[in-house]
Amino acid sequence: MEAAAGHARAIRPPARRAIPDGGPRSAATRVTRIRVALLATCLVDTLFPDVGRATVRLLERLGVDVDFPSGQACCGQMHVNAGYPEQALAIIRNHVAAFSGAELVVAPSGSCVGAVRHQQARVARQAGDLALARDAEALAARTLELTELLVDVLAIEDVGARFPHRVTYHPTCHALRLLRVGDRPRRLLSRVRGLELVELGDAEVCCGFGGTFSVANPDVSAAMLGDKLSRVLATGAEVVTAVDVSCLMHIAGGLSRLRTGVRAMHLAEILATTGDGP
Amino acid sequence: MSAGGPAGRSGAHGPLRGREPFPDAARRALADTQLRQNLARATRTIRARRAEVVGEVPDWEALREAGRAIRAEATQRLPELLETLEAQVVARGGTVHWARDAAEATRVVVNCVQATGAREVLKVKSMTTQEIGLNTALERAGIRPVETDLAELIVQLAGDTPSHIVVPAIHRNREEIRQLFRQHLPEAPAALGDDPQELAAVARRHLRQKFLRAPVAISGVNFAVAETGTLVVVESEGNGRMCLTLPSTLVTVMGIEKVIPRWRDLDVLLQLLPRSATGERMNPYTSMWTGVTPGDGPQTFHLVLVDGGRSRALADPIGREALRCIRCSACLNVCPVFERVGGHAYGSVYPGPIGAILTPQLTGRPGDRVTGSLPFASTLCGACLDACPVLIDIPQLLVHLRGVARAGARQGRRPPSPSTLAMGAAAWVMADGSRLGWAGRAARLGRRLPAAGLPPLARWLRTRDLPTPPPETFRAWWARTRRGRS
Repeated sequence: MEAAAGHARAIRPPARRAIPDGGPRSAATRVTRIRVALLATCLVDTLFPDVGRATVRLLERLGVDVDFPSGQACCGQMHVNAGYPEQALAIIRNHVAAFSGAELVVAPSGSCVGAVRHQQARVARQAGDLALARDAEALAARTLELTELLVDVLAIEDVGARFPHRVTYHPTCHALRLLRVGDRPRRLLSRVRGLELVELGDAEVCCGFGGTFSVANPDVSAAMLGDKLSRVLATGAEVVTAVDVSCLMHIAGGLSRLRTGVRAMHLAEILATTGDGP
Repeated sequence: MSAGGPAGRSGAHGPLRGREPFPDAARRALADTQLRQNLARATRTIRARRAEVVGEVPDWEALREAGRAIRAEATQRLPELLETLEAQVVARGGTVHWARDAAEATRVVVNCVQATGAREVLKVKSMTTQEIGLNTALERAGIRPVETDLAELIVQLAGDTPSHIVVPAIHRNREEIRQLFRQHLPEAPAALGDDPQELAAVARRHLRQKFLRAPVAISGVNFAVAETGTLVVVESEGNGRMCLTLPSTLVTVMGIEKVIPRWRDLDVLLQLLPRSATGERMNPYTSMWTGVTPGDGPQTFHLVLVDGGRSRALADPIGREALRCIRCSACLNVCPVFERVGGHAYGSVYPGPIGAILTPQLTGRPGDRVTGSLPFASTLCGACLDACPVLIDIPQLLVHLRGVARAGARQGRRPPSPSTLAMGAAAWVMADGSRLGWAGRAARLGRRLPAAGLPPLARWLRTRDLPTPPPETFRAWWARTRRGRS
């Protein structure tokens, strides 16, 4: 039975490096520089390039070398979840090939990393492509979500950011339940200078996006979004943040329609900020 | 379901299939603000209670894993366990009937009741009898079924259908129940209030007379222990205990997947079920019986084993995991979709996340536009998997059954549907970095296109704005600024 595989805490990230506490780290404190391949994700690439740029800026500031394998496109999650696994196969094949040379992959997305770790190999196996399944499994074991890279591998919680604003954090479903990122994003936010973190009510309830769900079931999706928005507005926060642009796109779409003035920002954008303004 | 079958409703509708696809039924349900308030209050209460009693069990995760293993073993050894169960029940004085589908099952039950000459039967709350449309079949044969579970009684008096597996009247509030009782129960005083205890007292007076008179009861089971032939019903109100002990004839209907191998498996399952279902450490009444005991309890006992699509589900190596379900409803109570639309929107007696994976498999028509829409009624947020006491990977099964539904809808269809073509085109773009880069640039050129003109997006845009494509994709920025650097 591979029953529990879906929510396994499968990945053991590379061993935590022993670095003494205190202050933002840089390459100077590390014996070897870490090199990561950025999995930008198709949404960040085409619609939210600022999040990709912020991720690069943040990682380079922390002394990480960043590559962008240009063959990458999409992880295939949308097609699998929409019921088109056979169409997703080519997407997965491309993804695995694009990152075949990467030692460590990082993505500013809990959902896409969730697909890489818990979906790609399964889809390949079910399609009978065992070689692809094996390669996908190997890639999954070296793919990390951004906060996992920061907290587990770089062992950094204070990234040297300054963001003097009232912020609330929405734990996105796949980061929360597929990856179990836990309080890593909160720990990172709590060390940002000037940032006031306010707790979101019913934080762990889905925002109603669900990929194609929001198109196939627009009314239920809107009802869920409505509840999420009232919770966000009740915090009095200026900014709502999360580790997934997909959910943020949904929340931002509602905030903008209601002309609330509340901004949705990816966590990487906050962590990359060292000046005074969002 | 055969024509003139037990469903008793027009055409293809029945206990497992609604009248319209989920998105349409859900839209209607969302408009009912009273329903949404009732559901939000009720599910919030059950969620809090469950969280509390689950949190106090130090080895909850180990218990879940043990529960998963027991239920997985039961589905793997199903034929053998059912034969053992049958042999044990027969050896202890019971009669066992095998029913392929709802029509066969209801025929067997009606025959058993008719053999006694009874015109009225008591019923213990049972999902399987709801699934096979038993009440309608009994009424058609001139036999009056009396639901004795308080919530099932409310549903029956209202001419309604259950909207939740454990809490069938979760969509009703106490004022609505007060009015129903005033209207239908002669025992209800004119000044009946809406205090839950007062309401329960009226139902109790009404049912007590029935318990003392009725010669036949019909029940389901929560578990059937193969090695001993023991059947188990857990309940909260004591109505089950009355029905299982007072009448002279007992007919028990069970889905074949309810069997478990050993007596000691109850140790695990009876810890998991009440905490997951009602947020209780232990349910108030647990009744167990084995065949017939001379001079004590029902002296005639029939056990009806219903397949109803379960063998077919068992043949699907991924889908079969749904048969592990112990009907606790924890997944319904934590589901944000269920909380907003309620059970009726699913059109099946099995609503919510588990219903969305059970219903299409039990009905066995993957391309059906109504039952085939159910696996899509989820954001895949994963709350259901976290709550499931037997670790059914509901999100993974939903995704699997989406693929089955698409394949079913494609069968014999030529040319492919617009959505298949669109997803095919998207897959072509998304399987290649340079194609995606090209699409990103094209999106920028088309940023002034009226997206509202595209039908699937029109409803999205009613409540949400779409992002504006940026002036430069990330890929283009990288190529412009990093060329030659990395």
